[in-house]
Amino acid sequence: MKAALTLPALVPLLPEMVLGVGAMVLLLVGVYRGERAVRLIDGASIALLVVAGVIVLLLPEGKLVSFDGSFVVDGFARFLKTLAILGSAAAIAMSIDYAARERQQRFEYSVLIVLSTLGMLMLISAADLIALYLGLELMSLPLYVVAASHRSVLRSTEAGLKYFVLGALSSGMLLYGASLTYGFTGTVTFSGIARSAAQAGPGLIFGLVFLFVGFCFKVSAVPFHMWTPDVYEGAPTPVTAFFAAAPKVAGIAMFVRATVVAFPAITAQWQEIVVFVSIASMLLGAFAAIGQRNFKRLMAYSSIGHMGFALIGLAAGTPQGVQGVLLYMAIYLTMTLGVFAVILAMRRSTGMVESIDELAGLARTNPTMAFFLATLLFSMAGVPPLAGFFAKIYVFLAAIQAGLYALAVIGVLASVVGAYYYLAIIKIMYFDEPAEGFVPMPGELKVVLGVCGLFNILFFFYPGPLVGVASAAARSLF
Amino acid sequence: MANWPILSVVTFLPLVGALFIALLRDDSAGVRNARWVALWTTLVTFAISLILVWGFDPSSADFQFVEKRPWLGGAITYSMGIDGISLPFVILTTALMPICILASWEAIQRRVRAYMIAFLVLETLMVGTFCALDLVLFYLFFEGGLIPMFLIIGVWGGPRRVYASFKFFLYTLTGSVLMLLAILAMYWNAQTTDIPALLHHAFPRELQTWAWFAFLASFAVKLPMWPVHTWLPDAHVEAPTAGSVVLAAILLKMGGYGFLRFSLPMFPAASQELAPLIYALSVVAIVYTSLVALMQEDMKKLIAYSSVAHMGFVTMGIFAVTTQGVAGGIFQMISHGIISAALFLCVGVVYDRLHTREIAAYGGLVNRMPLYAFAFMVFVLAGVGLPGTVGFIGEFLTLLGTFRVNNWVATLAALGTILSAAYALWLYRRIIFGTLEKTALLRVRDIGWRETVVFAPLIVLTIVFGVYPKPVLDISAVSVAQLIDNFHHAVGGAQAAALEVRR
Repeated sequence: MKAALTLPALVPLLPEMVLGVGAMVLLLVGVYRGERAVRLIDGASIALLVVAGVIVLLLPEGKLVSFDGSFVVDGFARFLKTLAILGSAAAIAMSIDYAARERQQRFEYSVLIVLSTLGMLMLISAADLIALYLGLELMSLPLYVVAASHRSVLRSTEAGLKYFVLGALSSGMLLYGASLTYGFTGTVTFSGIARSAAQAGPGLIFGLVFLFVGFCFKVSAVPFHMWTPDVYEGAPTPVTAFFAAAPKVAGIAMFVRATVVAFPAITAQWQEIVVFVSIASMLLGAFAAIGQRNFKRLMAYSSIGHMGFALIGLAAGTPQGVQGVLLYMAIYLTMTLGVFAVILAMRRSTGMVESIDELAGLARTNPTMAFFLATLLFSMAGVPPLAGFFAKIYVFLAAIQAGLYALAVIGVLASVVGAYYYLAIIKIMYFDEPAEGFVPMPGELKVVLGVCGLFNILFFFYPGPLVGVASAAARSLF
Repeated sequence: MANWPILSVVTFLPLVGALFIALLRDDSAGVRNARWVALWTTLVTFAISLILVWGFDPSSADFQFVEKRPWLGGAITYSMGIDGISLPFVILTTALMPICILASWEAIQRRVRAYMIAFLVLETLMVGTFCALDLVLFYLFFEGGLIPMFLIIGVWGGPRRVYASFKFFLYTLTGSVLMLLAILAMYWNAQTTDIPALLHHAFPRELQTWAWFAFLASFAVKLPMWPVHTWLPDAHVEAPTAGSVVLAAILLKMGGYGFLRFSLPMFPAASQELAPLIYALSVVAIVYTSLVALMQEDMKKLIAYSSVAHMGFVTMGIFAVTTQGVAGGIFQMISHGIISAALFLCVGVVYDRLHTREIAAYGGLVNRMPLYAFAFMVFVLAGVGLPGTVGFIGEFLTLLGTFRVNNWVATLAALGTILSAAYALWLYRRIIFGTLEKTALLRVRDIGWRETVVFAPLIVLTIVFGVYPKPVLDISAVSVAQLIDNFHHAVGGAQAAALEVRR
């Protein structure tokens, strides 16, 4: 009885507590000071995220466990938490200018993103099914709200509603899967499931399949990707930039940790599902993007494809594969944030434009922006020596090691098809006659684009540290 | 031996030049400076690369000037080095780049800075490809070259540049990604991507065949071999002159170099077994594309098809795996590098003046452009393979080397030399001879000093190496001998083992 009275170790939760308390304080400030406090709250939210990120990096070494094993901070969690926080902070920074110009300044926006990030951090550390569900819902609910944050715009409310309904459905499926899993194994902790999975029989596989439905929905993997293009296109652009980055990182974290830690006993079974999901996502992402003219919609298909590539690493199910996933997500984050910085800068005096044809001749009207966007697109296509190439090489390395040759061959061919539509954008920027230029890019977007672009160019000079950290992080799961 | 990282300097110096140009202002002074910076960068790079020739020990088959640094963590390192097979290609690259810059001096007036940057970046990637001693590093350079070339064709190309650039990019990428998978499979098998180590690693028979095909997919597209050559005519026709030169003279050679560096020594059993396939494709390439070249009405397209035919000799010679065949293959690549570069420059000269590449638009140029007619004649005859020019040595050696292994292949391939005389001489007659009756040609100028500077070294090389090929052959002789020794050793060992088993 004595154990029940002691407080659980709180040090591992320090970043989460900072974000939670901070978000509430900011909410109070916003309620009392109203829209005047938007600037302050935006800045404070970014500062809060930075503080949380620093704490994540400063937490004691090794594996920290709290709440009877349902909350774990290991190398894997540290790596992905850092990425998620970076993605969220960049998303808030990228929204400032947009909100000011579109007269959409609402203090709730950054607070919601901080709360969503708090959900992500809990999700990334979740080591049992209940903690996982808590984190997932805390992450998702603010997402539904910010998707519909342009209340007066039909597309935005439609996007929010669509995301909410489908998201609720997938959460339900995930819960159903969790309850089946609990029913057949008698426990909700991942390690407990792993121990009793061998005797659980075929019922556990049903549970696994329903869990995977929820996972696939969150990372927008085929066949649960349908919401992605509509939500990406309908949501306000900074919100799309946010959706494309941090929640994907958290979703992949949940997918990988739950699968690798809880179900090693039935690897052969889940491997088949992940292989299928991965192939279907890569192919759909590659082919469906070809016909898109709206840049945000195109990025939706592109992200579906990228999730397919990242899942190749999970399909391998080895430390090598998880390392590939981690590197892929890190590099994906920089590529996608950089591209969205450009999309947010596609503004003429008449307002925002979203069609890729508006980029015509950007190489002459704004050579720097065109150069960085081209770099990021080549990187997304996986052309060396850019970072995207290394992202792909590590997941394929794992796939070959695991003997998944068909997956690897289909994957590289899908990357060639994908290269086509990235090239098509580069063609519009470099080969076509210039259209009217955009208004000057706001400073914070310049910084995001520059940092992401340079990261992708210079990665090959000194890839060792990131690769090493990812490798150590991946081993912490096994 | 130099103790400074000379290969890295040669490789990355052009990149430094490119960065410098990127910092220049975008006005007329900046444009002028961009041209001069590009020229000086390429010249200095060439000068430094000559130190390689001077310091190279041709009596050793080992890799020289080796550099090794940790890079991707674990077994994948940043590793550079050259042997007798790669050195000629490095020199070819560094030597042709100043010529390319000079050839673009006036022809390129739009976005000059970006153009020069693209060329310098391309040079870094090409030199790196030939110097890399790590498979992943090799792939990085090999594949990275697509980006600048895509932009060169697409931004500065002709009317159908978009189609041509996409076709070039996607064709090459498709071949290469399969090679990437083979590289990864080799990594897991050998636990290293270090090329010198892999040269002595015996890969299992099954993996050899798969990997051989995967490498073939990449190199056959790059070289190009029939039937995956169709991107080449399009790319050549649309690319600006210097782009065609680089494409024909250097980028194509990466395919042949790849066969020599990887396919033959690392997968000897598969190479031995599948050599007939290469012979068949080579002979079809030689005969069929020569016939196609006969029917072309566009000068660049004709030369492009003739390139495919000439590359057919290279593959045939390499896979014969005889001393003459392999040495001839290397020599043929070098000579084709000189000749095709020169021929595309010749086309560029008249294109700059009349802005058409159609053969029918010309005729009787000898009356107005005697110097040009002379230069063009030297290169056309070299392309035909006239004894006394570089073209002859390569074709003769490959035919000789192949004849020892397979009479039929050599005989059929010899038909190609006759056909090449037919299309090349006919091309020359239609452009240079005849009466000067087209009004547009009446006021055409002969080549100026800048063009003379471009052509003179190429003419000298064409003749000198045609009469005295020994310097080129000597550099690679020991490496080639070792390659062939190892190959026969591996194949012989495998056959002996198979016999053991059968008993």
